[in-house]
Amino acid sequence: MTVTLAALVPALPALGAAAGLAAGRRAPGFVRPLAVLPVAASAVLALLVALDLGTGRTLDAATRLTPTGGPAIDLAIHLDGLATAIAVLVGTVATCVQVYSTAYLRDDPRYPSYAALVSLFTAAMMLVVYSGDLIVLLVGWEVMGICSYFLIGHHWETADARSASLKAFLVTKLGDVPFLFGLFALGADAGTFRISGVLDAAAHGHLGHPTLVALLLLAGVAGKSAQFPLHTWLPDAMAGPTPVSALIHAATMVAAGIYLVARLLPVFLLSAAALVVLAVLAAVTMVGSGLCALAQDDLKRVLAYSTVGQLGYMAGALASGDRDAAVFHLLGHGFFKALLFLAAGVVIHAAHTNSLTAMSRMPGLRRRVPDASWTMGIGLVALVGLPPLTGFFTKESVLTAAEHAATGEALTRGLGPADAVPAAAGWIVLVAGAVTALLTGAYATRLWLLAFHAPAARPVVSALAPDDAAGGRAAEPHAMRWPLWVLAVPTLAFGVAGLRTDWLPSLLDGGSLRPSSDTAVLGTGLAAAGVLVAYTAWRAASRQVARAQADAANTALERAAAEHAVRPAGTQAAPEETPADLAADLPPARPAGAPPTHEAIDAAIAAAEAVALTPDPARTLLGPLLTPATRGFGLDRLYAAVFAAPTAAAARLARFLDREVVEGYVQGSGLGARLLGAAVRRAQNGNAQAYLGALLAGAVVLAVAVAVGT
Amino acid sequence: MTAPVLGPGLAAGPLAAGSLSSQGHSFLSPTGVEIVFVLVGLAVLGAAVLSVTTRQLVHAALWLVVALGGLAVEFLLLTAEFIAWVQVLIYIGSVVVLVLFGLMLTRAPIGRSPDADSRNRPVALGTAAAAAATLVTLVVDAFRTTWVDLDAGTGSARATGSSLFRHWVLPFEALSVLLLAALVGAIVLSRRDGDRTPPRPPRPRPGRAVSAARRTPAAPVAPTATPAAPGTSANPATNPATPPQER
Amino acid sequence: MHLAYPAVLAVLLFSVGVYGVLARRNAVLVLMSVELMLNAVNLNLVAFDVWLRDTLHAGQALTLFTITVAAAEIGLGLAVVLMVFRNRGTADVDRLRDLAENAEPADGADDALPAGHPGPSRAADQEKGRAAA
Repeated sequence: MTVTLAALVPALPALGAAAGLAAGRRAPGFVRPLAVLPVAASAVLALLVALDLGTGRTLDAATRLTPTGGPAIDLAIHLDGLATAIAVLVGTVATCVQVYSTAYLRDDPRYPSYAALVSLFTAAMMLVVYSGDLIVLLVGWEVMGICSYFLIGHHWETADARSASLKAFLVTKLGDVPFLFGLFALGADAGTFRISGVLDAAAHGHLGHPTLVALLLLAGVAGKSAQFPLHTWLPDAMAGPTPVSALIHAATMVAAGIYLVARLLPVFLLSAAALVVLAVLAAVTMVGSGLCALAQDDLKRVLAYSTVGQLGYMAGALASGDRDAAVFHLLGHGFFKALLFLAAGVVIHAAHTNSLTAMSRMPGLRRRVPDASWTMGIGLVALVGLPPLTGFFTKESVLTAAEHAATGEALTRGLGPADAVPAAAGWIVLVAGAVTALLTGAYATRLWLLAFHAPAARPVVSALAPDDAAGGRAAEPHAMRWPLWVLAVPTLAFGVAGLRTDWLPSLLDGGSLRPSSDTAVLGTGLAAAGVLVAYTAWRAASRQVARAQADAANTALERAAAEHAVRPAGTQAAPEETPADLAADLPPARPAGAPPTHEAIDAAIAAAEAVALTPDPARTLLGPLLTPATRGFGLDRLYAAVFAAPTAAAARLARFLDREVVEGYVQGSGLGARLLGAAVRRAQNGNAQAYLGALLAGAVVLAVAVAVGT
Repeated sequence: MTAPVLGPGLAAGPLAAGSLSSQGHSFLSPTGVEIVFVLVGLAVLGAAVLSVTTRQLVHAALWLVVALGGLAVEFLLLTAEFIAWVQVLIYIGSVVVLVLFGLMLTRAPIGRSPDADSRNRPVALGTAAAAAATLVTLVVDAFRTTWVDLDAGTGSARATGSSLFRHWVLPFEALSVLLLAALVGAIVLSRRDGDRTPPRPPRPRPGRAVSAARRTPAAPVAPTATPAAPGTSANPATNPATPPQER
Repeated sequence: MHLAYPAVLAVLLFSVGVYGVLARRNAVLVLMSVELMLNAVNLNLVAFDVWLRDTLHAGQALTLFTITVAAAEIGLGLAVVLMVFRNRGTADVDRLRDLAENAEPADGADDALPAGHPGPSRAADQEKGRAAA
């Protein structure tokens, strides 16, 4: 029964995708139900499977798919707490995203294909999660990759989307090739592709090359989960629609790499070198992405870099040997990052721009999208990791795991010996995690302040021109609101619920997910410090901007007053009331008794608006690192120079060789034939005597040849 | 290569009566016939060479007469009298006359013409020399020890006639048809242009290009489109398909 | 008589005829050289017939036939030469270049039509020649 339900969980969205593609043009009325219902049903079924399976049980079912020359490939299902928990996450987020998309992409002509691809993607992720066979997992892995390509390139009219989708595909494929070889090596070593068989072989020491296998698999994980050095595709992938970013690039696909390492952790625990490599990758990713997130102007890119960093946390937890912490953070992060992306979608929709700088000049944005701003606030607090939200518990569990590994008692919870995890890995993760907590606090605060606190930064403008709060509720349709609240619930409650040892921890490997006290203090303290630092910097910057704006406004008013004084009588415009705080800011040199005119006020507003400063704390916080951080520390340019440029040059060389050399031979042969023909044709001069002469000479030669020959 | 090959088409009768042995014959003691043969042969060759090399076209025809006449003498020496007289009658009598008429009608220049030889002379010389060398070698090598019995009488008119009308009647008749065809063909070919093609093409004015559309699809030497010639009777037997044309 | 004498004489006469056919410019002279070649063949036939002395007298009969055919041939050949002379104004075989790759028109006659004008097929060949050039 459970197996049947589990088989339906990937199958329903796949069927929904096929039906959606078929019905897309012919029956457009069916598209939305076909988008939402199969995924919702699949989510419900995943929940049922999780409940049915309970804790501490595993279920395996398999049927032979195809024999090969070596280890055969089975269509296998392996259900345990890990798989069912992640499946519930995927199902919930996917349903929210599909509902949200019905409103977000209401006017999009390509909505049917979009919805079908999202459903197909969901099916592929479920397949990855439930799969008990490595090759079937690979199939799901690759299908996710291709769905990601299509979905990022949804708006393929723009060059950004086209290049971003291609970049995502190519960079992940660059990781997938070693991944494939790693799978082959693993299968060859273990003699089977079944995950249970592989884990058995690992436990009994039958794997001959654990380091090689682990490093090869790490390449694929780095590509899929956007770790350094294959992380460059994720920020650019924000060119896709926001719900896609929420589903694929926050909650699920990028989590697939973490899931794989968690699933195969016994194999990784056999190789200390691989763990150290993973720790280093995670550390570099965390710190680098934190710095980059602090410098970005695009709201979604901030969230993208934030995702990369949080994935680094999960990778760090895995490098410390504790997969429970990693999966805990994966689940929690899935919920609040999806929430953040969907809320960001609403905000961007309302502001008509992605840019934080532009939003920082929009007064009243918060009033226009109240639900989004509240839920975004909740999500950001969770991201920062302040108690009692999810982020606090999950992040602390990661830091606890790192601490334990650093002191030599890694929390491997029975998957391997505790001393398999080198202490160096633990220290690296711990230090980087702490720094990242600081950075996370800073950039989350910056995001919140720049996006939603514009009015406080512009007293002059708000004094001079009343803002219209009437824009209102139309910016948030219902279908875009209630997924936010649905996701806000686990953001608030999931972490606390994870403390109950009979529920989540027993779903995983047992043991406790409680944070240890010193890491709790350390982490929370650093996060709070980050928040404070960012806030202070923002205040300072805002004051600077306000001063500059007041100066500009005053200059404009003086100029207008001077013109007013020169104007002949009878042409005065109607005087306006002078607001109180305007009087407070303006110098007393204003012409006494004459209230500023309508035009003067407009000119002052325009001058204040024209001040190009933004109250961006990043400038003070990062200093000289600002420009490199904005550009991702030049990694894209490096890759372009090291990989793309030589490949393009090789392509040009190949084209040159083909066109000039090979084609030259081909054309040369044609030319040669033509020349030969022309040469032979010269013998056709029309002179019959010449023809006859040749004939007779030939006959004589033949006669002589025959005579001599015989 | 020393034994001559008797061709498959020769007589089914008794084998060659010619002697293959050299009893009584010796190459180094030529008979009178041989000496005369050689002398006349030299004359023939000389006349032939002059015929093909002289620059005066009419002289070439006249040298041809000499060569053909010499050949008639050779035939006599070879006891083939009938052939010899036929040679004189037909070749010298009509062929060369025809040639002379041809030269006259094509306005061959009297006296030396500088361009009597084409540019293929070296090639022609080479080919002819090679052919000569090859064939002479071949022939001499093949018939080194072959002597011919020259008995008079086998070439007489009676012998030739009886053989001709007994064994070679069919080819004889076929040949008469061939001659008839040649006769008719020559007549048809030598008619004037304007009698053949209606409408009569106008004389071209200098400088004006002649368009191809005026010409009929027939090639200039096609004998099929033949309307009735003015003044001559049409040959309905040879051109049944052509409707009578207007003048 | 040694058979070599007439045989060699025939060969040499033939070679002279070959030279004449290939080297002479005037069409009538070419025909004359052909006559020389035919006569060489006749001499050969007679000599071998006399040597072989078969009952059919095949050699001499064939010689008669050859003479007849040669006569017919020269008649027709001269008719053709006369036609060519009438149309092209020349009896030089060098100038009859219609078989050439890019057939240039031969020099026009003062009489009759300009040379190089057998009809649309020739014009099409000229087009093709010009297009290919």
